[in-house]
Amino acid sequence: MNETWKLLKSAPPTAMFGMIVILLYILVAIFADVIAPFGEREIVGAQYEPATEEWLLGTDNLGRDMWSRIVYGARNTVGIAILTTILAFVVGCFFGLLAATLGGWVDQLLGRIVDVLMAIPTLIFGLLILTIVGTSVFNLILVIGFLYSTSVFRLARAVAMNVVVLDFVEVAKLRGEGLLYIIGKEVLPNILPPLVAEFGLRFCFVFLFIAALSFLGLGLQPPTADWGSMVRDNAVLITFGESTPLIPAAAIALLTVAVNFVVDWFLHLTSGLKD
Amino acid sequence: MHAIIKMIGQRLALGLLTLLVVSAIIFGAVELLPGDLAQEILGQGATPETVAQLREDLGLDRPAYIRYFEWLGGITTLDLGTSLANEREISELLGTRLYNTLFLAAISAVMAVPLAIGLGLLAALYRNSIFDRAINIVTLSTISTPEFFVAYILVLWMAVITGWFPAISNISPDTAFWDHVYRSFLPALTLTLVVTAHMMRMTRAAIINLLNSPFIEMATLKGVAKRDIIVKHALPNAWAPIINVVVLNLAYLIVGVVVVEVVFVYPGMGQLLVDSVSKRDFPVVQACSLIFAVTYILLNLTADILSILTNPRLLHPR
Amino acid sequence: MSEQTTTDEAGRERGQKGDVLVEMRDLRISVRQEDADDFEIVHGVDVTLRRGEVLGLIGESGAGKSTIGLAAMAYTRGGCYISGGSVNFDGIDMLNASDEQLRQLRGRRIAYVAQSAAANFNPAHRLIDQFTESPILHGFSNKSDAETDAKQLFGRLRLPDPDNIGYRYPHQVSGGQLQRAMTAMAMSCRPDLIIFDEPTTALDVTTQIEVLAAIRDIVDQFNTAAIYVTHDLAVVAQMADHIMVLRHGKLVEEGDTREMLAGPKEEYTRQLLSVRSFAKEGEKETGGEEPLLRVKNVSASYGTTPVLFGVNFDVYREQTVAVVGESGSGKSTTARVITGLLPPSEGSIEFAGETLPPDFRQRDKSQLRKAQMIYQMADTALNPRQKIREIIGRPLSFYLGMSGKQREDRTRELLNMIEMDPDTYIDRYPTELSGGQKQRICIARALAAEPELIICDEVTSALDQLVAEEILKLLDRLQKELHLAYMFITHDLATVRAIADHVVVMLKGKVDDQGAKDGMFQPPHTPYTDLLLSSVPEMDPDWLDDLLAERARLRAEGKLAESADN
Repeated sequence: MNETWKLLKSAPPTAMFGMIVILLYILVAIFADVIAPFGEREIVGAQYEPATEEWLLGTDNLGRDMWSRIVYGARNTVGIAILTTILAFVVGCFFGLLAATLGGWVDQLLGRIVDVLMAIPTLIFGLLILTIVGTSVFNLILVIGFLYSTSVFRLARAVAMNVVVLDFVEVAKLRGEGLLYIIGKEVLPNILPPLVAEFGLRFCFVFLFIAALSFLGLGLQPPTADWGSMVRDNAVLITFGESTPLIPAAAIALLTVAVNFVVDWFLHLTSGLKD
Repeated sequence: MHAIIKMIGQRLALGLLTLLVVSAIIFGAVELLPGDLAQEILGQGATPETVAQLREDLGLDRPAYIRYFEWLGGITTLDLGTSLANEREISELLGTRLYNTLFLAAISAVMAVPLAIGLGLLAALYRNSIFDRAINIVTLSTISTPEFFVAYILVLWMAVITGWFPAISNISPDTAFWDHVYRSFLPALTLTLVVTAHMMRMTRAAIINLLNSPFIEMATLKGVAKRDIIVKHALPNAWAPIINVVVLNLAYLIVGVVVVEVVFVYPGMGQLLVDSVSKRDFPVVQACSLIFAVTYILLNLTADILSILTNPRLLHPR
Repeated sequence: MSEQTTTDEAGRERGQKGDVLVEMRDLRISVRQEDADDFEIVHGVDVTLRRGEVLGLIGESGAGKSTIGLAAMAYTRGGCYISGGSVNFDGIDMLNASDEQLRQLRGRRIAYVAQSAAANFNPAHRLIDQFTESPILHGFSNKSDAETDAKQLFGRLRLPDPDNIGYRYPHQVSGGQLQRAMTAMAMSCRPDLIIFDEPTTALDVTTQIEVLAAIRDIVDQFNTAAIYVTHDLAVVAQMADHIMVLRHGKLVEEGDTREMLAGPKEEYTRQLLSVRSFAKEGEKETGGEEPLLRVKNVSASYGTTPVLFGVNFDVYREQTVAVVGESGSGKSTTARVITGLLPPSEGSIEFAGETLPPDFRQRDKSQLRKAQMIYQMADTALNPRQKIREIIGRPLSFYLGMSGKQREDRTRELLNMIEMDPDTYIDRYPTELSGGQKQRICIARALAAEPELIICDEVTSALDQLVAEEILKLLDRLQKELHLAYMFITHDLATVRAIADHVVVMLKGKVDDQGAKDGMFQPPHTPYTDLLLSSVPEMDPDWLDDLLAERARLRAEGKLAESADN
């Protein structure tokens, strides 16, 4: 515990900044009800009211309080992105490790399937499927999680491949150990660092992807407060020189930048420790 | 030489196969609709008779695989079917939009590729310098930023506040070339910023990887000057990774264009795709998806083949 | 070395033989560390090298020998820097020379020959273009002269088809040939000094001889001074006039080669010299009893490429069978067939009279338990995320159903058997151990299964010689105590001499020859076995000369096998 603290304190400024930002977002998401002055869907005034003491950031296209919606957005947008990333990870890692450890035709088959799925650009594929199945939150998580599991599969398989060929895995195989022991005890502990880093990066991609979908009007549906669609709904203000619609966009950017900084440091740290 | 031709042949065959499977997926996805297309178009209130009538009109009463091959056959003769929304020929709808999208991607590429490779080389050469670290932070931030954020900042600054460029890309088929460039500048700049960061980071990584090779140390110990080491010793081995980086990002450009086109109301394919998705105009969605996917696959195929062609081990087999 | 020439073939006058060429005083080299003080790895070494002389730098890994060698070019590898002392090359203060000055010296007056020629040639250019780069760059000659010279040098270094080999790309040429081409490249500007950094370490023994002979020849002919870096005292004995023994970045002893070999002053040097003297006592020869392991007419292939052709040999209880061969001879593949990783296409494996299923997945626990394997790279044979307790304990619970205190006690007992203190080591991770200790843990893990046969795949090749010898002694002791049989795969004939009872020589996937050890080291055998066995360097400084003379005689009589490399 003490050592973790020491390690965190030795982080470079960028990573420190990143960690503080992530912590702040988590707090806002958890305590959204307490922090937000108004309800998520509550209409509190006329549309496009300017910022005053009552409405910190003014009101949106339907007369809802911008600040409150940004606070709730932290819960909705980030929460869904995390759930989606977890789904992508569970699926991708499971099949990736399976392919690497079993090798042979299982590996070939899974590899080919993923090749084909990845031959279609993610955004296009996502739009196509979501048009058909509809954009409920459940579908969104399922479809995007599935789409991103392919790249997780590739990474998990690639890093696991590096471990699977090592002699200690052969030792375990020759001892007669089962597949679960080999994956769980021999392979997985050795690929955790790149997987953790990948989780951070994947989260950013998923988060940006969901934001883009919402921005296009095809992600989270109103009246749920969501940063991507908030930009879209209020974009017209920008042409009048107003910058408030940029705030939810900035909120997205700030979080992904923060995560990236932390991941960058983490990668540096784990690659350095290997030497 | 024989081995190379065989390898390229294999890649082409594999690419063709991928195209087929992808087209089948795009076609098949619509078959997954609850009910079918006719039901979907007419809504829940329609009588079974009208639905049956439309089904016959659209040819939906025939098995899916026959319709798939008809669709595929149509595509080879540039007949993409008709839009459900306005009953126009899809090929007609797409023509100028495809051109516009490629035009936008081309301008962005012209700006982004030299910039990214140049910066990547510099960052690799002066690795761990202040320059390198600064550029690392900047590119990391750019990568993590949603495209529409970059786009709107540019709009706010270069259109609304200064009035240098139009905020909306008002382009028609008879817009003159330079005017087209001028009106597409903001979307192109947005794409450039986003793609450059990616490309630059990948170029830097590829070069650093190479500069750690023993043969580079050998060149140093032979008294080769730093510039010649890069040009004569590193670069001939760096083509494959660099080409890969560039092509990968070009592919990304084509796809990333969707969001940017929406922001700038740029009359391209992405815009059309998003419109059609919200109108649930399936034939158009299918056609657009197919064109995007084909471009993407072809670009990746090109990267693959180019990296085979620049590999000395494959060019000069034992 | 040769005493006559002081001019090269162009008649160009060189500095007088015997003049000091390189002088390093109190050389210190440190590693830059990000979050700690810099760490010194070379602690004040003095080096003097005279013109026309060959200096051998010898030591185990971490001795700083390569680092010191490169310092003569004022070059350090990533993260290192010269933190003190002086380097003087023919009157030039190298540490204060400008980058441009250094650039002009490198390749022109000081050249470098690396350990791995395959990695040090640029894959994108033809050999001859890489050869001519330096002479053209340094204005030493023009392209066509340089190319003519290249062909001549290739010929002198006995490369096949010297007129055309230069037009090939590096990957089209074999390892031993590349190493000679690299030596030729170093010679391209007729430098005053060449630094040879373990130039034969990556080569097979029969190839090593050719490269050693070529290097010595050319250094002699042009009267070039050389720094020869190696871990192998027997090799340096053939090459150097003068030897410096290094350890942990410090000088242990230096002196004239013959004098040092005859009468080492320091204990460490004495140990290095006696390293190949270990030999197990009492030989166990093929008895009348049933063999423990019988490799019966085994053929195998990787995909469609056949790699083994009808291999036959037996291993008896308490016997050590050494399987010897050069890279690609199929010795490790044989081990893979025995363990069941690669089912044979023909033939079978019998263990204690019982035919084993060809695929290890079909073998039962006790079949798997009885034959254990130890690997070359202990680093990769141990899971870095498991503690020693888990590594040794797992086979105990898996095979023998031990748990709790019983398992703990047995683990400690095993650690004691491999001479490692249980209290100190049982909770460590492999990364916290030295190379030799890791290999000991691998041995303990194999012993935990209570095997009857242990397959040792190059288990000492990655270790320093003194550490390797300790491992051999340990294995020998364990064999006697536990009545183990060993199948010992190695390319190192010194190891064979030390530990084998029975020797199987493999060549290109076949058994070339086999027999009791004593008989094996006495010719005549098959031509290849003779060639292989005679190629093992010996400490005697005249060994290479004598061998080359003998081979020239045999070649004249048409009785000599060519090495696999040519």
